[in-house]
This record gives sequence, structure tokens and C-alpha cells, in this order.
Amino acid sequence: MAWQRRLLRVNLTAGTCVEEPLNMEWAMKYIGQRGLATKYLCEEIDPKVDALSPDNKLIMATGPLTGTMAATGGRYSVITKSPLTGAVACSNSGGFIGAELKQAGWDMIIFEGRAAEPVYLYLENDQAELCPAGDIWGKSIWEADEYLHTKYQDPLIRIACVGRAAEQGCLYSAVVNDLHRAAGRSGVGTVMASKHLKAVVVRGTKGVGNVRDPKAFFQATAAGKKTLAENAVTGQGLPAMGTQVLMNVINEVGAMPTRNMRDVQFEGAHRISAEAMLEPRESDGKPNLVTNAACFGCTIACGRISTIDPQHYTIQNKPEYMHASGGLEYEAAWALGCDTGVDDLDALTYANFVCNEDGMDPISFGSTVAAAMELFDLGAITTEHTGGIEFRFGSAEALTKAAELVATGEGFGRDLALGSKRLCEKYGHPDLSMTVKGQEFPAYDPRGIQGMGLAYATSNRGACHLRGYTVSSEIMGVPVKTDPLSTEGKPELVKAFQDATAAVDSTGLCVFTTFGWTLEDIAPQVDAACEGGWTSESMLEAGERIWNLERQFNLDAGLSKADDTLPKRLLKDAAKTGPAKGMVNRLDEMLPLYYAARGWTPEGAPTDETRQRLGL
Amino acid sequence: MLKALQLEPEKCTGCLQCEMACSYENEGLFNPSKSRIKVFTFHDEGRFAPYTCSQCAEAWCMHACPVEAIVVNEATGAKEVIEDVCVGCKVCTIACPFGTVNYNADSGKVIKCDLCGGEPACAEACPTAAITYVDAQHTGLERMRAHAAQTIPQG
Repeated sequence: MAWQRRLLRVNLTAGTCVEEPLNMEWAMKYIGQRGLATKYLCEEIDPKVDALSPDNKLIMATGPLTGTMAATGGRYSVITKSPLTGAVACSNSGGFIGAELKQAGWDMIIFEGRAAEPVYLYLENDQAELCPAGDIWGKSIWEADEYLHTKYQDPLIRIACVGRAAEQGCLYSAVVNDLHRAAGRSGVGTVMASKHLKAVVVRGTKGVGNVRDPKAFFQATAAGKKTLAENAVTGQGLPAMGTQVLMNVINEVGAMPTRNMRDVQFEGAHRISAEAMLEPRESDGKPNLVTNAACFGCTIACGRISTIDPQHYTIQNKPEYMHASGGLEYEAAWALGCDTGVDDLDALTYANFVCNEDGMDPISFGSTVAAAMELFDLGAITTEHTGGIEFRFGSAEALTKAAELVATGEGFGRDLALGSKRLCEKYGHPDLSMTVKGQEFPAYDPRGIQGMGLAYATSNRGACHLRGYTVSSEIMGVPVKTDPLSTEGKPELVKAFQDATAAVDSTGLCVFTTFGWTLEDIAPQVDAACEGGWTSESMLEAGERIWNLERQFNLDAGLSKADDTLPKRLLKDAAKTGPAKGMVNRLDEMLPLYYAARGWTPEGAPTDETRQRLGL
Repeated sequence: MLKALQLEPEKCTGCLQCEMACSYENEGLFNPSKSRIKVFTFHDEGRFAPYTCSQCAEAWCMHACPVEAIVVNEATGAKEVIEDVCVGCKVCTIACPFGTVNYNADSGKVIKCDLCGGEPACAEACPTAAITYVDAQHTGLERMRAHAAQTIPQG
């Protein structure tokens, strides 16, 4: 059955932890993790609720394959209403805590209400206890992690935690687990901190069993692992280079958002790329990259473990940063680097460490710094606002200082903690915010990759590459090559990617497997583990159901067709260089066709017929 | 040919596939906490290391056992715990200098690597060949080969 069939409901207001059976009728329609938790959220909260009020809920959810031997079967997601976008939020993380939660005998935890004083949850198998967090509130995630490991004298506990940024209300705060893996986007950490919940500590020794058909499961998962090992991206590119393998590729196709998306190519990309991370540095002869690292059960192992140059200005007299930790992934390297114009690899690694240590989404943080730099360039922000910092594009000092200020909620960090949209509104230039639905863009300029423009505009959690990664098709030719500069066929392509991804995100598997796998590879693994007769068709339909459920939540929350758009810069200002030179994103050509392909009205609402077809 | 598990920490990514394979083989569950092989993460150094019983020829655990519950499997050379005989006294866990024999509170017996009867599930599951099952008399062969390669004149 692979599901543990039980959830833990934690009422922080009342201080209670209660076991409930998992709604298996819903599991058959929404699988688990993203889909199933979104169903719970939709049933249990008013979509119009203030995201930071006690009436919002926060769900930590695993999928049926989490904690099993399926390759990458260690994922969990944090689902809530986002304070950044006002839309549904679902942020996915690897590391080890998702599997540990499952090993402890739980499919998900629903947090509701707000504790009177800061608390953390200690969960050891069936024993759940809310404990006072006074000693760790106000501490960084790394400090809290060390405190808790010392307190319990147990190296095997797994911890998810929010940092000082979240406590201070930074709107793009992450929930960080295992020191440097994160449910990063949409401010899910901000919601957790608003509930006065500092950390979740888990120890599970019960295991995951009762796989429906063990023999079929071992066959299907072994076949899947073989496919991943033999695939050029998942077998070679990602283990060797990590997601940073993309830095030079995307820059060359002219889709590298640069300096708050003024440009589409970054002249310093080669200095912050995967290749640069392998170059021995002068000071100690060691490269930035120490090793690649796997999350639970992952046979790809794309994680980067890095060190900062011991001579670098950022860590002088700071021994707490003079060790290996989570290094730059592509999105972080882009947002902290290309988008701010900074090409100092060690400054980027330091900013990344700070984002991990205090739980900031490096995409939203970097993009917000980029917006601030453009506002500074225009004179809308001055050194009077920034506390004397020259916020110029390309300034590593401005970037690293900004990270420290947001982490601790001090000075100009309070403005930067608002995110790009609110910052640009505050300083009178709303058009300079490179966001959709209030969430900052990731690392693909939609002028050079047309389908991504539609994927961003229609993403249910605001601008995001992980809701429909058509880059796969448009740039890498997976599963079929399409022309990145054409809009033809993109509405259907975006829909197909969105639906398939929603299904994958609900299983406990990592979306990076889809460089090598399709649902044809995934469905047999899910089916062997779970009841329900899962096929690639029924999984794709579940994905479409989940997508429409999320959409309905957003519509009920007050979002509309008007929010399915892109910043003017991407629709009006042509790319200046590269293969997409002279082009804007032609969203208007794609959006009506996308609504039609989805079975939505011209106003972007699912029709009754569509809702009925999907059993909504 | 007598074979042994060869562990090469520099190849390990810390994915724990070996722990899941071990626990499933022995307990019928995916449960790293019941694994006979453990992967250790040295976070600050960015290193991972798998570790398990090396099947000592003169096994401390076997000699320490007061009820002779640990016996040699002549085919594999593994020192195996006979569950029906083990009384859970844990003397072997004290005797083992490497900590690779451990007590399982659920069963009241000790658990240790038994090489899965000659087909170790951990080696089968390892995606990076950090764990392999090779000729017990030549576990150093690959390292020797690597060093030997350095002695070949270049060009």
C-alpha cells in the first residue's frame, strides 16, 4: 500500500497532536504529497484567508513512494496559502526528513492555529510532543539544528526549521531541512514562523512496508534506476555538474535573465558556472566543489557540496562558514549572480550559505536584490535608504551585505524582505518587478524560450520553472525537440508538462527524474507499490485534476485572468542579444489557446464540463 | 573463491540505497534504522562513508558469545547470528571493536551483516559502486591498479 494511511493533526493553538486516518478515497484521486495535501487544504481553509493568520494551515506531506527504494523516493512538500502570492503554495524538498517522517509511520502532518509561545514539534514514531522553543527562537537554522542534535544526543534525528528571516516576516522564507535542503519557494517558511512553529524534529524507526507487489516493485524500480543511469542528463550531466550544467547552455541560447532581466546574456556566466566550480583556486589549491551529494534514495546525486575560498572577504574571522556545506545550484547561481550582475563565485557561495542558514529562497532574494539595484540605478533608491550601501549591479559587497541584512531583518533588509513586487511598488516603479502573481522569476528568460512565458504566466504558484519545465523540450529535446523561439504547439506542451509534473510531485519522487523518465517509467513503480491500478494515463489525469484543483483555489482566493500575465519588460522590450535578439514573449498568441486546451472559459475558469470530467 | 565487501567511501554519495536494501532483505521493510550497513555523513568535510562488519577471521563477537549463537558460514566466511540461540545479552556488541554488531530492541536479538548468504543486497543496490563484493584476498586490487597506473611512463 506504500501509504502509511495516517496523518498527524497538530493544533498549535490548543497544543494538541491527534492521529487521524488518511482519507484513502482522496488518495485514489490525488495520489499523495502535492495533490493530496492540496485537497486537504482546499477542504479545510477559506481560500480568502489571510495567509499569515492562525486560520491558514500548513501541511507537510510525503508521497506513497517516499521512504521506499524507488530512485529519488525521499521527497516531501510543504503546502499552504502563500503570503507572497495569495495563491496556493506547494514547495518540494529532498534531503532526508520526508523519508524520516514516513519511516516514523506518517503520511503527513497538518499544522493549524498558532502557538501562544514559540514551540517545536518532536515526533518519534507514535510519540508526538510540542516543546517550548524559547532557546532556539531568534537563532539561525544552523544554530537551532546544532542545539537540537546536542539536546537529544541523537545524530539520527532529522530537522526541518525556519530561520530568523521567517521570524522577522521575510515574505520569501523557506523551510530548510537537513541544513541545506529547502522547501524554498512562495514563503512557506513565513507561514510556519507565523504559527510560532520553529522546527519539526523527526525520528522514525518503524519503516515503510506493505508494498502491494514487492516483486513487481523491485523490477520496476530497478528498471527505472537503469534508465536514469544510462541517460546523459541524469547519468552523467547532473552527477558531474549538478543543475549548474545549465549555466553556459542557457547563456548561449540567450535565455539568461541578467540585471533584473534588462539583458538575456551574462558576460560573467563562465566565472560562476559548473566548470568554474571545478577550477582549483589560488589560495589553497582546492576547487569550490568538494563533492556531489544525494538526497534520500537518489541514484542521481546532483547536490553540490562546496567550500568558500578561505581568503575571501566574506568569511574573514567567521569560522562558522569555513567548512563544506550546500553549494550553488543553477537557480541560486543565476539569481545571486547573473540577475545581480555579480560574477564573484565565492560571494555567491557565501550568499547561498546565508540563504540556507536563515532560510531565504535564493531565487526570490536574488531577484529582489536585482530589482533594488535597478531602482538604485534610477535613483529611486539611494544610500539614504540602504544605510550607505552602494547598490550597484555587479557589486558583490552589496549582495553579501543584503543577504546578511535580510537574514537578520535589519535596516534595508526589511525592505528587501518584502520581495520584488512590494519593493518596486514602495519605491514607485511597479513595472520593474520581474514577478508573476508576486513571485520572482527563475532562470529562464521567456523571450528566448517562448513556452516558458506561458508556463510562468499560468503557474499556480506564480513565476516558477518547476510547474511546467518546457525548457526540457524547447532546449534539451526531452521528450521531443520544439523550437524555443516559436509559440506553435506551446499551449498543449505547457499543459502536458504541468499535468505530468503535478502527478510526479504527488508520488514522493523528484521531478529531475523526468529528464530520463516519462510517466511510462513512473506509473509501474507507483502501481507496484500502491492500490489503485495506476497507469500513465490515470496518473496524467490525476495531474490534470490536481492542476484544476489548484486553479480553483486561486480563483476562489480572488485571482483572475488578469494575473495570468508577464511583466511589461518581457512583453514589450525586445531581447538585445543572442538567438532571441529582437524578440519579446508572445504570450497573447498562446494564452487563449491554452485556456481552450485546458477546457476553461475564455476568462480562465474551468468549465462545468471540465470539472465533471475530472471529478471535481 | 571467498568474497568480501569492498567499501570505497570516495565513491559514496550518501543516498542510503544500501541501507534500504539491507533492511528490506533482512526485515522485509524499507527501514534504515534496522540496516546492518550504515552510511555516515561527515557534513563539515563533505564526505560520506559506508561501514559494516568486515567478517574478522578471529571474530571478537563470536568468541565473546556465551551461548555460541554466532557461527561461521563456511561457504561465505560470514559470521552469522543464529536468532533462535541468541539470548540478547549484548556481550558481542561490547566485544566488537568496530561497533558493527547491534541490538534490535524489537526482536530482543542482535543483528549484524551476514553477507546475505553470498549475495549482499547492499552491493547490488549501490548506484556508484562504492560497495562491491569482490575476491576477499584482493580487496586492494583496484587501489593497487590506480597507483600502478601512476608508475607507467607518460607519452
